[in-house]
Amino acid sequence: MTEPRYAIGVDLGTTHCALAYVDLADCEGEAVSLRVFRIPQLTSPGSVEELNLLPSFLYLPHPQELAPGDLSLPWAGGLKWVVGSLARERGAQTPIRLVASAKSWLCHPGVDRRAPILPAEAAQEVTQISPFEASVRYLAHLRDAWNHAHPHAPLEDQALTITIPASFDPAARELTSEAAAQAGYPEATLLEEPQSALYSWIQGSGGGWRDQVEVGDIIFVIDLGGGTTDLSLIVVLEHAGALELHRVAVGDHILLGGDNMDLALAHVVGQKLAQQGTHLDPWQLRALTHGCRHAKEILLGDPESDVVPVVVPSRGSHLIGGTLRTELTRAEVTETVLEGFFPRVGAAARPAARPRAGLTQLGLPYAQDAAITRHLAAFLARQTAATADLQGFAKALPEGAGFLHPTAVLFNGGVFKSPLLVERVLAVLNGWLESEHAAPVRLLQGGDLDLAVATGAAYYGYVRGGEGVRIRGGTAQAYYVGVESAMPAVPGMAPPIQALCVAPFGMEEGTEAALPPQEFGLIVGEPVRFRFFGSSVRRHDQVGMHLEQWSEDDIQELGEIEASLPAEGHTPGEIVPVHLRAAVTETGTLRLEALTQDSGDHWKVEFDVRSG
Amino acid sequence: MSDSKPSLFFRLGLAFRAFVGILGDPTFAAAVWRLRHETQGAAPAPAPGALQDTNPDSALQLLALFQRHGRLIDFLQEEVAQYSDAEVGAAVRVVHEGCRKVLREDFVIEPVLAEHEGAAITLNPGFDASAIRPTGNLVGEPPFNGSLAHCGWRAKEVKLPKLAVGHDATVLAPAEVEL
Repeated sequence: MTEPRYAIGVDLGTTHCALAYVDLADCEGEAVSLRVFRIPQLTSPGSVEELNLLPSFLYLPHPQELAPGDLSLPWAGGLKWVVGSLARERGAQTPIRLVASAKSWLCHPGVDRRAPILPAEAAQEVTQISPFEASVRYLAHLRDAWNHAHPHAPLEDQALTITIPASFDPAARELTSEAAAQAGYPEATLLEEPQSALYSWIQGSGGGWRDQVEVGDIIFVIDLGGGTTDLSLIVVLEHAGALELHRVAVGDHILLGGDNMDLALAHVVGQKLAQQGTHLDPWQLRALTHGCRHAKEILLGDPESDVVPVVVPSRGSHLIGGTLRTELTRAEVTETVLEGFFPRVGAAARPAARPRAGLTQLGLPYAQDAAITRHLAAFLARQTAATADLQGFAKALPEGAGFLHPTAVLFNGGVFKSPLLVERVLAVLNGWLESEHAAPVRLLQGGDLDLAVATGAAYYGYVRGGEGVRIRGGTAQAYYVGVESAMPAVPGMAPPIQALCVAPFGMEEGTEAALPPQEFGLIVGEPVRFRFFGSSVRRHDQVGMHLEQWSEDDIQELGEIEASLPAEGHTPGEIVPVHLRAAVTETGTLRLEALTQDSGDHWKVEFDVRSG
Repeated sequence: MSDSKPSLFFRLGLAFRAFVGILGDPTFAAAVWRLRHETQGAAPAPAPGALQDTNPDSALQLLALFQRHGRLIDFLQEEVAQYSDAEVGAAVRVVHEGCRKVLREDFVIEPVLAEHEGAAITLNPGFDASAIRPTGNLVGEPPFNGSLAHCGWRAKEVKLPKLAVGHDATVLAPAEVEL
């Protein structure tokens, strides 16, 4: 393989993708030459435009829908699908052919993520694709666009980093990694998005970050994207005289983001119109959502304006007569967005229902409580002990603290372009801190809130090459398999299940966990399923530890895993004793293997199990 | 000399002398550079009064963009007389927001003169007559002194989307049929 010329960072987002790159030949210490790649994409039939963001939408047009050549890209003709701006626009009008939020489906353990299930509401004749395949196509578009622009530095020869939510479970991580491999990204490293945002901040400071944080700082990264909220805690330590960053905790996967706010506002304004006797059709409702987003941005960006007009254009060509005019007021935005999504709540507040991966749900498991501040409170409270074992953090928390006290906050995501929302979150956080007599948080000033994840990932690719500071941390969960307790059967009751720890918290990339002493009997030729669990708070559990009881708050079920022993060298039906061993690959995915004791044979245990 | 066509031998000799001159004499090199610069824009000299066809595709593309984002054609095709100012105003918000988006995303537009309108302006001899239009008491020789009435606009960059070969640009907006 040739030496990479560029470090490329890909933000494979729920609503947008972006690609940034560092020219490795043009870097000196912490001064790097970093650029955002403008992604060519169809913006209307037959028209290709270069934009910073590639909307993560895929449209499957009817064979008669478009003229020949309308879907041609500079590097390909005759595609049967569209990704990017045109896909989003077409799909808004014909949703039965639109694949959206593929990433949220990719981490939904309740569905078969390799099965053609999208678009979820597709008509019969539409050939559906899998969430996995959709991710492959977004990545392939970025690869082709890059290769078209850089024929002498093909993407596959570069240092590649792809970002994922910190809350992605092992199955979703592995699926992303496989999608990348299939899309022609060999050896792409996975990086958690909040970490990427922090890398972007480090890069943007041009070396000055060391003056903005100090040993003992706890940085709370709040990444609020279009569709998801992703939380991480990163602490500042000292090692051999230099500052070191450790990611000590990540939050749950919360399907709640900026798009929810636009929808909520459109609903409020739609109701207002309905009271005046005007009822909107679905087309107008979408136009209204668009108008509300625009009005929201003005009202949340400029504290001086009190009313912003919102117009819903007519569907037909008679624009003047058919256009509806209404307005969005500051009171409505305050009520809906500030009080609805960022209410002033106490530190003891909790979301109405915890966003859990519901194994029986068919739709996406959207967060049931829209109040982001409650999710923040719950996260900090669960992670109260996150820094307990770290040197220099002994005095970080007073005795009996109700939640972990962050000392600095880094915001990411387009929602936080609004100074009012930043102010509100800071005020709520500082209120909690004050109630426990702690100092208020400092705000770390990041760069471009839409592109920070991609630029941070590109910078990370450079840092991985040996220069600059790296965030450490390893896996943010400990993992367990469920084993049935050996006890007499009780009619009508499932045997109680025990959790056996197979991977401890904080496993670093490229390391292997110890071999647990417990054996499992696997039947040759028959797949065996285990229940699989993860904990983002149990930092002390070692491999082989048995848990008989736990609270739902501590350990969450992630889905099933499956081991199947091929028949080679064994008699079908034979029971072979195996151990389960965990390892974290260099690219950041968890691997679980079944090992036979005597022969040393091993098989991969699949995280991504077909449901059913 | 300027109208005659020199022979090949003459041209070879001239080229050699020019080559030596450019290498040895910086002033001469600068003069050649200027000459080359000036003739590049002008040559071949157009016939007097010649006109060129503009490519209608970019014009059609721009109309389509204004229509798609700002409904400009819908707006201009309607008679405004029968509507109230409030109704026209509501529609204008659609047109303004959308067309402005096109201007901002597909062009880089900047004022020709950066001074505030009303500021005193001096036009020196050789001012760019295609970019600056003197009006009013226009007599004598420059420098002209006046005040800036309109700052002018210049498209510094054009970033229009690329069109597929064979794309029918005459369709400014497709008819929509809801099924």
